[in-house]
Amino acid sequence: MITIKSAPARVGARIVGIGAYRPTRVVTNDEIAPLIDSSDQWIQQRTGINSRRFASEHETLEEMAVLAATEAIADAKIKSAQIGVVLVATLTNPVQFPAVAPTIATRLGIPDPGAFDVGAACAGFVYALSTAADMVKAGSVEYALVIGAERMTDVLDMTDRGSAFIFGDGAGAFVVGPADFNGFGPIIFGSDGSQAEAISMTSTWFDFRSGKVPEPPTLRMEGQQVFRWAVSEMVGVAQRAITAAGLEPKDLAAFIPHQANNRITDAIVKALDFPDSVAIARDIRDSGNTTAATVPLALHALRSEGRAPAGAPALLLGFGAGLTYAAQVVALP
Amino acid sequence: MNTEEVMREMAVILDEVAGVAADQVAMDKSFTDDLEVDSLSMVEVVMAAEDKFGVKIPDEEVKNLRTVGDAVNFIVKSA
Repeated sequence: MITIKSAPARVGARIVGIGAYRPTRVVTNDEIAPLIDSSDQWIQQRTGINSRRFASEHETLEEMAVLAATEAIADAKIKSAQIGVVLVATLTNPVQFPAVAPTIATRLGIPDPGAFDVGAACAGFVYALSTAADMVKAGSVEYALVIGAERMTDVLDMTDRGSAFIFGDGAGAFVVGPADFNGFGPIIFGSDGSQAEAISMTSTWFDFRSGKVPEPPTLRMEGQQVFRWAVSEMVGVAQRAITAAGLEPKDLAAFIPHQANNRITDAIVKALDFPDSVAIARDIRDSGNTTAATVPLALHALRSEGRAPAGAPALLLGFGAGLTYAAQVVALP
Repeated sequence: MNTEEVMREMAVILDEVAGVAADQVAMDKSFTDDLEVDSLSMVEVVMAAEDKFGVKIPDEEVKNLRTVGDAVNFIVKSA
C-alpha cells in the first residue's frame, strides 16, 4: 500500500491576537424607534440594547474586516506573511460570489493564502474559529486569520418591527497560532434545517430579479420562535462544551455568547448558575446584534475592560440562522 | 388538574418569570394589555408552563393565548 504523508501535527493551537472595528456612527434607540412605532424603553427592555453602530458608505464590509484584522495581526505580533489561511464569517457579502476572503487577504498583504467565507450566520465565527484551530493543530498552516464581519444595515428593513432595532454593523478578528498547550476544547456544533425559515429573507434574489416580488429581499425573523429555541436548546449546548473541555461552569473566566439578546444571555447564565467570578459579555448594549461579528467584538470589549485574563478559559457560543449553533471553550489570548 | 389548580400555578409562574403580582392574575386578564407580559416573557411563561404541566404548547398556539383564561383552558384540555 502507498503511504500518504501527512503534515506534522502540532501539540496545540491557541488564539494569539484579537482585533475589532466598530463603525464611527452611533445610532441610538431614539433614532430607530419612530420608524417602528416604538420607544427607547421598549427596545432596551426587550433586548438590552442602548445603541448600535451603523456603517457609512466608506465603511464597507471589506474595509471593516481589513481594519479589524490589521489590529489582530499586530496584537499577535506576527507578520501577515505568516498567515496560511483566511476565513471570513459573514452573511452580508454584497455579492454572491466571489467570496470576500481572498480580497481581504490581498489587501492585508498576505501572499497566496487559502481563503474562503463561512456561511453559518450568527454561529459562523465560532464555526470558522474551530475550523482554523483544527488546521493549525493538524499542521496544515502555521497561523490562521478568522474574521467575523457584517453590514447588517444592507439587509435590514428599517420599518420591520421584528428586527430593525436589533442589528448593527461591525467586524472582529482573531489570529490562531501554534501553542505548546491545548487552547481549544472540543467543538460542540449542530444545526436544525427544519427551522430554516425562522431567520431568513423575505424572498430570494431570483424572485426579485424575475419581477415576482417588487422589493429586494430583506432579513425577516420569527423572534418568538428563535428566542424559544435559543433559551431551551443553548443551555444544553453550552453545558456540553464545558463538560467536553473537562471543566465546570465555575472554572471559566468568561462567557462570551452571541450577542443576540440580553434576555437569552440572562436565561443561559441563570440556568448554568455561573458564579460572579465568570465575566459575562454584554457588548450588545453598545453594539446591537452584529451577527457573525458579535463574539470577537464582545471579547475585544471584555478585554478592554480588563475582564479577560490571558490564558484563562472562556466559553464561546454562537447560534442563529440555519438554524445553526456552535460552542467551544478556548484559552483567552 | 382542574381549572382552579392550573390557575394557581399559572399565577406562581407569572410571578417568577414575568414579575406579575399574584393578586393581578385573573382569568379575564390579557397577558399583554393588562399584565404587561411582553412577547419574550410570554415565551418564557409558556416554556415554564410546559415544564410544570407536562403539556406541549406549540408556537402557533401561543398566538391564540390572549388571556390567562385562554392559557389555563388550553392546559386543562391538553393535560
